[in-house]
Amino acid sequence: MNTPTGITPAKRWLVSPIERLGAMVLDAIDALGGFVLFLLYAVREIVLPPYKVRLVLRQIRIIGAESSFLVALIAVFTGMVLGLQGEFTLRKFGAEGALGTVVSLVLVRELGPVLTALMVTARAGSAMAAEIGAMQVTEQLDALTVMAIDPVQYLVSPRILAGVISLPLLASIFDVIGILGGYAVGVGLMGAPAGSYFNGIASNLAGDDVAGGLYKALVFGLIVAWVSCYKGYNAPRMATGVSRATTEAVVLSSVLILMFDYILTSLLLK
Amino acid sequence: MKANNSTPFAIEVTDLCKRFGPQQVLSGVNLQCPRGQVTTIVGPSGCGKTVFLKHLMLLLRPDSGRIVINSTEVTRLNARGLDKIREQFGVLFQGGALFDSLTVFENVAFPLVEKTKLSREQIAEAVTQKLAAVGLEGMGNKYPSEISGGMQKRAALARALIRNPSILYLDEPTTGLDPTRTGSIHELIRHTHQRFGLTVVMVSHDVPQVFEISDRVAFMHDGRVRLDGTVAEVMDAHDPVFERFLAGTASEDEDLRAPGTTETRV
Ligand SMILES: Nc1ncnc2c1ncn2[C@@H]1O[C@H](COP(=O)(O)OP(=O)(O)O)[C@@H](O)[C@H]1O
Ligand SMILES: [Mg+2]
Repeated sequence: MNTPTGITPAKRWLVSPIERLGAMVLDAIDALGGFVLFLLYAVREIVLPPYKVRLVLRQIRIIGAESSFLVALIAVFTGMVLGLQGEFTLRKFGAEGALGTVVSLVLVRELGPVLTALMVTARAGSAMAAEIGAMQVTEQLDALTVMAIDPVQYLVSPRILAGVISLPLLASIFDVIGILGGYAVGVGLMGAPAGSYFNGIASNLAGDDVAGGLYKALVFGLIVAWVSCYKGYNAPRMATGVSRATTEAVVLSSVLILMFDYILTSLLLK
Repeated sequence: MKANNSTPFAIEVTDLCKRFGPQQVLSGVNLQCPRGQVTTIVGPSGCGKTVFLKHLMLLLRPDSGRIVINSTEVTRLNARGLDKIREQFGVLFQGGALFDSLTVFENVAFPLVEKTKLSREQIAEAVTQKLAAVGLEGMGNKYPSEISGGMQKRAALARALIRNPSILYLDEPTTGLDPTRTGSIHELIRHTHQRFGLTVVMVSHDVPQVFEISDRVAFMHDGRVRLDGTVAEVMDAHDPVFERFLAGTASEDEDLRAPGTTETRV
């Protein structure tokens, strides 16, 4: 930047914060633009042939199948605590029969997709960012490019597609196991009426609730894979590049998941 | 492939400029690399050697200037055109850049598996042959993390050669190796060059040892090629900056190896 001659310190004092703000806004737009273009490019490679089915299946195994035990574990405890808290609270209002309804709605609409997405972020998202980040830092991505293999097509697109497919499946597992966990504690331990637990679910859990929950999970799957791949792909080439990319991927994914959870909820509840 | 025609040069670069933000890294690089010869680029670290080489690898686009590879102007090619040129060269990256989730064998086989329709047996044969050529017989089942730095460089070289390119790019092929291994990698480069008749463009900091395996030397300084020619021409040019560069690296080497000894350079 060259400062025009004749500018007084006072004027510079006035102008430079505005200039700096302007530069910051431009940088932010630039970064956001890169972030969005990255996704558009990856999606284009998903849609256009050739289709890398083998790579996608492998990623579904890593993101989906290998996360399922962890998701089930979290789900069972979440369901149990909901059963405990729910039954304890509902009993005060003499509404023990509503336990199944409460547990299932909370899980299917909210906790299932959100907690699943946060667990996948911690487990698979961090791994994605670290793996692709290490490949960037050690020039393995450049090596792919000079072999005429597009790293986005080869590494990013399969992960994004796998994320979008896996998350709704994992969230469904979470929901089912959570509901069973709630039953075990609420009915088995606390003595809520057994019949009304599943009857409540059957009559009050609507198709829209299930669809809304799955829709959320799908969006979260996109967010985790997109953010994690982007951060890894843009890992700075220095000793701390990979760890920085991994941290940023986990933090940004988690924030975006909760932000979009609010946005989607407000849209879906209309 | 449009090889062996018109010009004797595999690579011709004219007025190449590249800037990163405020930093003008390349400010008008001119270089011609004769077909079938070894051209070695030397220069102080940070002077833009890797950036220049990445332009030849089609990993960076220049701000201005022309790059002609095997008679094709590459700076305005689309993705498909770029991929065509990429088939004509192999690259050995500074750190080897082997895929660490794959074995040595799978690494060397990778370009064939992904980009050709060769059968499994044909691929296995080609890989075995290339691994033997770089002295890694029987190491195919190891992972990159299980072999030494020198072996990683060899494996990466086998991968770079697997599609029988006409051009080979080497970015600091001996960085991080001890003097013995450096010598043996130099020997391997010379051997490979002679056996496959490749055009080699190499960035190296092993001055002056690397001159023994070089046909031509280009000295980069301040974002330009300040001096280039055959090894003898460059050594006889008596360019003050180049001589200071030679003296600087030579004395560094001597400090490391034999403290106390004086100039042993010829
Ligand atoms: N992608 C990049 N973005 C910004 N600056 C870069 C980039 N790549 C290289 N540089 C800068 O260009 C200069 C030359 O780097 P390089 O070509 O790696 O030097 P060397 O001659 O040691 O190989 C360095 O100052 C480096 O910081
Ligand atoms: Mg370099």
